[in-house]
Amino acid sequence: MNKIMLSLCLAGAIALPGLAQARPVTLTTQLKSYGGNGAYLAIYLTNSTGQYQKTLWVSGKKTKHYKNLRDWARGSGLKPAEVDGVSGASVGSGRALKVTVDIADALIDAGYEIRVDSAVEDGRDNPADVRTPLTTLGAGKPATGRGYVQSFIYDM
Amino acid sequence: MLRRIHSLPALIATLLLVVLAISGALLSVDPVIERIGSTVPGNGQISVAMLAERVAPHFPGAEQIQRSPSGAIIVYYSRDGETGAERIDPTNGQSIGLYAPSAFTRWVKNLHRSFFAGTAGRAVAGTSALTMLVLCLSGMALLVKRVGGWRQLVHPLRGNFSQRWHAELGRIAVFGLLLSALTGLYMSAATFGLISDGTRDEPDFPSATTAGPAKSIGTLPALQRTDLNDLRELVYPSPENPDDVYSLRTAHGDGYVDQATGALLSWQAHDGVHRAHELIYQLHTGQGGLWWLALLLGLSALSVPLMGATGVTMWWQRRRLRPRIANNSGSQSADSVILVGSESNSTWGFATALHDALHEAGQRVHTAPMNQLATQYRQAKHLFILTSTYADGDAPSSANRFLARLDKFSESHRPSFAVLGFGDRQFPKFCQFARDTQAALLARGWQQSLDLDTIDRQSSQEFSHWGRAVGRLLGRELTLTYTHKPPHTQALELIRRIDYGTQVQAPTSILRFGPIAPKSRFARIARRIGFNGLPRFEAGDLVGIVPPGSPVPRFYSLASGSKDGFLEICVRKHPQGLCSGMLHDLQPGQRIDAFIQPNPGFRPASGKAPVILIGAGAGIGPLAGFIRNNTGKYPMYLYWGGRDPASDFLYEPELGEYLADRRLTELHAVFSRVKEGAYVQHRVLDNATEIRGLIEEGAQILVCGSRAMAASIMQALDGILSPIDLDVRALKLQGRYREDVFG
Repeated sequence: MNKIMLSLCLAGAIALPGLAQARPVTLTTQLKSYGGNGAYLAIYLTNSTGQYQKTLWVSGKKTKHYKNLRDWARGSGLKPAEVDGVSGASVGSGRALKVTVDIADALIDAGYEIRVDSAVEDGRDNPADVRTPLTTLGAGKPATGRGYVQSFIYDM
Repeated sequence: MLRRIHSLPALIATLLLVVLAISGALLSVDPVIERIGSTVPGNGQISVAMLAERVAPHFPGAEQIQRSPSGAIIVYYSRDGETGAERIDPTNGQSIGLYAPSAFTRWVKNLHRSFFAGTAGRAVAGTSALTMLVLCLSGMALLVKRVGGWRQLVHPLRGNFSQRWHAELGRIAVFGLLLSALTGLYMSAATFGLISDGTRDEPDFPSATTAGPAKSIGTLPALQRTDLNDLRELVYPSPENPDDVYSLRTAHGDGYVDQATGALLSWQAHDGVHRAHELIYQLHTGQGGLWWLALLLGLSALSVPLMGATGVTMWWQRRRLRPRIANNSGSQSADSVILVGSESNSTWGFATALHDALHEAGQRVHTAPMNQLATQYRQAKHLFILTSTYADGDAPSSANRFLARLDKFSESHRPSFAVLGFGDRQFPKFCQFARDTQAALLARGWQQSLDLDTIDRQSSQEFSHWGRAVGRLLGRELTLTYTHKPPHTQALELIRRIDYGTQVQAPTSILRFGPIAPKSRFARIARRIGFNGLPRFEAGDLVGIVPPGSPVPRFYSLASGSKDGFLEICVRKHPQGLCSGMLHDLQPGQRIDAFIQPNPGFRPASGKAPVILIGAGAGIGPLAGFIRNNTGKYPMYLYWGGRDPASDFLYEPELGEYLADRRLTELHAVFSRVKEGAYVQHRVLDNATEIRGLIEEGAQILVCGSRAMAASIMQALDGILSPIDLDVRALKLQGRYREDVFG
């Protein structure tokens, strides 16, 4: 019961500031030349304890492969509403994905983290391929991925 | 109709199907290679827990263990912030090499399932699978129809090169292709979500896990209970998250394993739909132990490029033979309909002239073979039937179903008709089929607009005379001009002649012609790579030779096929014969101009049924050709009559050879100018019991020789067949009695 209450409060805390002030943030994900089919990527926000908060972008059209973006899939519960309007094609080996999303001011410098899960068909799943704190100072500084992602930068 | 269902999709999809087939054949090798490269323990020997325990010391950063359908074990791990994947020996957990999926295989796989064109490409691949299914089924139906029943399917096939190989490959590969097409179609439908494949239902992530220290992986009960051979994938929990769980996928279901207790959580067993999906997937890819099936499917797929090439060739050959008519109106919108009955397409020249003249006169004209008689012609006022006659009064090949179709014609929309017969007055049943057609129409109450008229030996004068009558009928001037198109001839050189029969007043020569020496460099290269420089023909076809001083070609039955590398005819010299005289004067090295006229009706049929060949004199030519080509050693019986074995025993050495190697089953040669001499029909009557038995077995009879001989044979056979309630006419209707008669 307490847990549910806590979740509800958290959800409110994210949603309400969202209404107030948001700014465009450009996310650039450069992939390694791993030489496989196009990678599925999920870029999302977690809070300081690693709990899923919000989907920023999903690359890859076939929903049946979404389960391989493991952490994100668990966090988001794969609800269609989470992906609505923030998805695109999978990203080829060695290519870069550049998207701009709106992020509420209240989420910046507030202990939140951007994570990228990646997965490739007949390849491996990389939950938390990239982890980088969402801070004003961190903007423009590349973070290194441990899986298919070469580097990840956000600019605001 | 069936043929159109077969060839239309095939023509459109051939290239795509060839790409799918070749890529599929390449992929089919993969399960075998993977199977060779991996050690698969027996069931019950190694559990997932044991494997994970063996892997742990070598790969402390293991994140994921996968078992490929063929049994290869792959460990994904991270070490010092870098990720890697290695193949593992399940007996000791040690690496046996880096896991690097082949880029080539991936490329071929993407080509195979989407032509590198994403979703659109996948749709094309799925449609191609459907096309393949249609081709397999319609092709099988066509083949069964051609050989005359399912039981005949197992027997060797006949036909020209393309026909034989197309059917031969088809009947072997059809099962593999059907399986590939059906399973491929299913997989495509599943990809597009048209049918459920049961793989989308994921077990819910467990809502609660047991708090407490994680147990060693080798002691987890759920993993101890899972056999390695059932494993699909084991994903380790995230080391940073103590609440995380193992996720486990097996052949039977999916679920999670608690790190602290090793209990199985949220287990979801695969349902029937999911199992069916996996089975179909295995059948298509041969993965999961079906490597032998993969190879069989791959071999079947390799037939597709050959089937495509031979199929397109057959289509082209058929198309080339079909006359083309400019400004042909639809059957239901035409004012005038022209139907053509023709064995060798010569009547089509006249039909085209009539068509053009009527079109010129402002009519809408529909021209078609007699076999394409519609069930009604809604607008037509006039029906013109131009037909030749085959052999002794029979329907030519483009009209052999006309009389049957006539009964289905609507009573209301009947145009008035006029029949024009084509033939040669030298033959007794001149224009017989034209007369039969006229009688059949009158008997059914059709209105005749012009009485039957005939054209003797392609006479242009008679044709334009008939044209004036047509003009009066239409109430306007009509000029019909038919000009003989000189046939496209080719020069051939006599390479050998063997002369027989001069002592018995029947000078007969076996003349063998070859192509002339190639002049251009291109022709020389073509000759070297296997084009023998001859037009395409088979034994039983006709060669047309235009003698000097006459526009009308003379036809001789061919005693060889172009595959033999020479063109052979057997010619008897007639006292005043313009053409036979010219041929008999030829010496090796001299040339003639000749063209080929196909005669597909006179040929041994497919199937194992015996063939009875009957001939006399020079009529042995095509029969000897059939025997020479009987490399399948089907039962063939030759009855042949000559005059004197010492003088005109044509093909004597060859026939001995054919008997020895069983290309010829029995030879009954009979001679008339010896003591107790007899004619061939006498020998036929002597062997009545045997012949009757063969015909009851389904034998086909091919007769070649003079008109008089053919008549006696027909009479003899009618006598032989009467005890079993059969006659030659019935055999003719079944296509089991064919004649090639002359003189």
